Formats: sequence, structure tokens, C-alpha cells
Amino acid sequence: MAKYILKRIGFLLLTLFLVASITFFLMKLLPGTPFNNPKIPADQLVILKKQYGLDKPVWMQYITYMVGIAHGDFGMSYQFPGQTVSGLIASRIGPSLQIGAQAMVVGTLAGIVLGAIAAIRKNTWVDATATIFAILGRSIPNFVFAALLQLFAYKTGAFPVALWGGFSYSILPTIALAIAPLAQTARFMRTEMVDVLSSDYIELARSKGESRWQVVAKHALRNSMIPIVTIIGPMAVDLMVGSLVVENIFAIPGIGEQFVKSITTNDYPVIMGLTILYSAMLTVIILIVDILYGFIDPRIRLSGEAN
Amino acid sequence: MTKILEVKDLQIDFATYAGPVHAIRDVSFDLNKGETLAIVGESGSGKSVTVRTVMGLLAPNAKITHGEVLFDGVDILKKSEKQLNDMRGNDVAMIFQDPMTSLDPTMTIGKQVAEPLILHNKISEADALKEAERVLKLVGIKDAGGRLKDYPHQFSGGQRQRIVIAIAIINHPQILLADEPTTALDVTIQAQIIHLLKEIQSKIDTSIIFITHDLGVVAGIADRVAVMYAGKIVEYGTVDEIFYNAQHPYTWGLLEAMPTLETKSDRLYAIPGTPPDLLDPPKGDAFAPRNPYAMAIDLEQQPPFFKISPTHSAATWLLAPGAPKVELPPEIARRHALWASKHPDEKVVN
Repeated sequence: MAKYILKRIGFLLLTLFLVASITFFLMKLLPGTPFNNPKIPADQLVILKKQYGLDKPVWMQYITYMVGIAHGDFGMSYQFPGQTVSGLIASRIGPSLQIGAQAMVVGTLAGIVLGAIAAIRKNTWVDATATIFAILGRSIPNFVFAALLQLFAYKTGAFPVALWGGFSYSILPTIALAIAPLAQTARFMRTEMVDVLSSDYIELARSKGESRWQVVAKHALRNSMIPIVTIIGPMAVDLMVGSLVVENIFAIPGIGEQFVKSITTNDYPVIMGLTILYSAMLTVIILIVDILYGFIDPRIRLSGEAN
Repeated sequence: MTKILEVKDLQIDFATYAGPVHAIRDVSFDLNKGETLAIVGESGSGKSVTVRTVMGLLAPNAKITHGEVLFDGVDILKKSEKQLNDMRGNDVAMIFQDPMTSLDPTMTIGKQVAEPLILHNKISEADALKEAERVLKLVGIKDAGGRLKDYPHQFSGGQRQRIVIAIAIINHPQILLADEPTTALDVTIQAQIIHLLKEIQSKIDTSIIFITHDLGVVAGIADRVAVMYAGKIVEYGTVDEIFYNAQHPYTWGLLEAMPTLETKSDRLYAIPGTPPDLLDPPKGDAFAPRNPYAMAIDLEQQPPFFKISPTHSAATWLLAPGAPKVELPPEIARRHALWASKHPDEKVVN
């Protein structure tokens, strides 16, 4: 197992290196420069470019940058002079991570419960309602939910409408963000559980004298969750992207807003830093998912060890 | 002999989009303590539905329209879900057909075998696992103690079927329902499993209903045999009576289709035609369209059971008084001759 994880971490670092390299050159293809203010005189621009090393050929800039990040130095921001990229990210990543993680947990858990109930009550009004809810949740973009939730908060005063200042501020953004993964998990869970519930080992469990609910709790849930693990990776991507919009609507000082701004202002080091961070998070999630597989499905655990 | 199970006039319909399928049409049989009853028939004849009724595990679209299933004198069709749960896996247990799919792939076999014990008795998990180990040893799992924490995929098909049997017998059930337990196994493993079932039966003194479409397997395990066709029992008797003195043309067909060492022809016999559509069962004998010995009355009226001996009955008009004598297929004639030589005082029926 340890050998397997080490091997995977090696691949993970290689992936990050490739992502960083490709993003670096793609980014250099963006039109404009970080210093778009027309008031900057030409001679000052030359000094600025020299100061940030932008006068050198692209391949030299690339090498300088890669050597930097190998030492943990992600450079300085262009839009916010005097701030390091790592400092900038560190100060804004907190809220994003919090609502992202909350949405992930709430979405998958609620989705598993909803999907399981729909499967157990297959072809009843409960199942139909859950299906409609899941289709709406998947097809309506999360900013619509975000706006509706704000309206609800405004009318009832139950939750803060926007801004950031403690757990109660995170509830509505979490819900807005959780609906898509919830709906997706519920659909997967229902389909899989219907299948599992009609399998031979469930009938055998019933023949042992277990009640319907005991069978679900002891045998059906775990077996139905195997494909759910598969979609956690892509769902995490959805959440990262989704958070850009939701953070904007709720005026949360998160990293998503920063990402968009850094692209429009050609803030090269921030773009690079965030891309590497997002890729790192994603690859780590995929690694965790692969390890999780083994815990849920013993058949996979063993083939992993054999590797 | 005491009767442990009595099934009386059972009728079951399955609701489908095309209408009700009359899967079980008036089935009655009984099971004595300690005996093995084999129910034989082709796919769709209602064998599995019959045992699932005894288990109280019918599909949701099944409707029992008539009949009683008396277990120890109590009608299980009238039991509540709670009472059924108490009965299943404790008094009545089941062995399933396909060992590759009937074990939970994500649970250790120790836990799976111990589960019925924990469910029906006040016992700690540690003690239950100890008992599971003992039963796994009994069914022939080598190094049972070291394998309690293994998962089903680490066992072969034959071993898995032994584990399924261990699950069924751990609570020493009074009735063991075996639904084609050897069909998915290869022939050498089949023989081992049959041997094991017989051994267990003598050890825990249980009654077995053994479902199969394989007459060869029946000969090895059964005391009595019931032959089912199109949702009805058409003939029942002791294993010798069915094998050597069969009276129903369908049973003849099954026996002819079974290769024996004496089989001379290089082509195996197959019963022509297909079973009837149970959405709209025929008015007369369901087997009549496939029956070369069918008479006019077979198409008009269902035959009642005619008694051949106290233990042997068959539902065919050929046994009616005044029915014409028919010329038996050679294989059946050979078997009847063997029977007659051993029972010289019995009157010849056909």
C-alpha cells in the first residue's frame, strides 16, 4: 500500500509539473501585459519590465519561474505590489475551502440518503419527487439557487444575505453550491441501489431473517456507494468552478474572485500560483478517491496491493 | 413420520403488464421430518416460486390467491413481516443457486456466516465468529479460522457454495430450501456439494426441499420426488417410483432426456415443443400439446391425481379406468420391467 501511494505521489508531481509548464506558455499567449495603464511612461515601462524579469526571453522566464517554485517561491503579485502570491492566496483561500468542503460533505451525504430512499421506495411518489428534484438540481445553474436563497434570507432574516463573518454566513453559499453534487449523487445512488437491491446477496441477506432496513444498512448502502466514489473527483472540479460564481454573488472574499481578476489583469504569478493550487487539490482528491475505493470495495484493495 | 410442512392448494399469480401470470396453479405437497423432497421441472415450471413462498420471500408483484403453507401447523402466509423475519434464517433457511453472486462482496465471510446467529440469538460477536469458524470447518473450508477475515472473491465457486451452505445451517433450521444449489457448479463439485448436504442433514437432522432440473442429482439425494409442469405438480412418489415406475408422460420425457449408461442411441431425446403461456393457461392438461400420448379428453379437462400406491400419484388421464393401454417408449419400458421384476406382486398399471 505504501509503495502504491508513493508511486502515485510521483505521478502527481509529474502531473503538476506538466500543468505548470503548459499553463505558463499558454498564459504568455494572452494579449496585453500586466502593465496596461496608458499613463505609465515608456521609459518607466522598460524599468518595470526589467524589474519583473519580463524583458528576458520566455524560455528564460520559464526556467527562472520553475526554479522558484521548486524552492517554494511563487513570486510577487503584479496587481498588488509588495504582496507575495503565497501570502495573497493564503489570506483568501480560507472561505473558499470552507464552503467548498461543506458543500461537498453536505451534497454527497444528502445525495446518498435521498438516492437510497428513492431506490427503496422505487416507483412511488417519493421516487418521482426525488427524481424531479435531482433533474432540477442538475439543470438549474447554481447562481439561480444562490439568488433565490438570498431572496429567502432577505425576506425572513434567518440568515445573513451576503458577506463573510462566521459560520452562519457560510450556510447559504454552502447550500447553493451543494445542490448540484447532491442531485448528481442522488441519481447515481438511486440507479445503483435499485440494482443492488435486486441482487442475489440481498435476497440471501433477507433469507437470514434481516428486515428490509437492516438489509439496506448492512449490505445495500456500502455496495451502492462504490460508483459514488467515482464521481467525487469530477464533482470536486464542479465545486471549484461553481464557487467562482457563488462567491461573487454572496460577496465572499474567496479565492475564486481573485482568480478571475488575475486573468483579466494578466497577473502572471497569481494565475500560475492558483492554477498549480487547483491542480494540486484536484490530483490529491483523485488520489484520496482511489485509496477510498479500496476501503469500500475489498476487490479493488487487493489488486492495488498486487501492483 | 411427522409432517413438518404442508402446502395446500397453493395458487399464485404474478401481476404483469400483460395481465396476471398464473405461475402456481393448485400445488399441494408435504414434507416429513428429516426427509429430502426433490421438486423437479423445467425453467418456469414454478419450482423456485414454490420455495420462495415457503420462505415468505416472493417478489412484490406476486399475489397468493389461494392456499395455505403450514409450517409446524401454523400458516406462514398469515404471519406478519416481523414473524417472518424471526422464522427466516432460523427455522427455515435457503441455499441459493449462484454462489458467485449470492455473497456480499464487501463483507468478510466470517461476518456473513455469523450474521444469522447474531440476528436470532443473544450472542456476542466474538462467540458468533467462533461458531462461524466451527460451521465453516463443518462444510469443509480449510483453515476456516484463518479465513474468517477473507472476502468472497478470495474463494472459488465450490468454496463459496460451501460458505452459502454454512450461512444456511448455522442456526440448525428445521427446513432447508435448496434452490438449484448445484446448477452453477461443475460436475465434480456438484457431487461434493450433494455429499455435503447429505452429511449435514444427518448431523443437524433437518428436512430438505431440493429444487433442480437435473434428474441425475435427484437420484443422489432425494427420498421423494415431485415433478412440476406449468405451475402444477403432475406426479409425485418415492425416488424409486419416479425413476422406475413413472406414469406421467412428462416424467417419461424427462427420464428419456437423461443420458444413462444404457443409452444406445447417439442422439439424446428432447421433449418436443415449449411449455404453455401461463398468462392464459390451457383448459385441459397443460402438457397435452407436447404429449404424443394425449387423448381427446386431455385437451378438454384437467386430469385429477390417480393413486398408484400410497406414496405415488400422477395426474394423467392414461391412469383413468378404461383408458387405452399405450406402448411405452423403450427406455421407460425397460425401467418398468426392472420395477416389475422387483415388485412381482404389484398390479401392472401401464
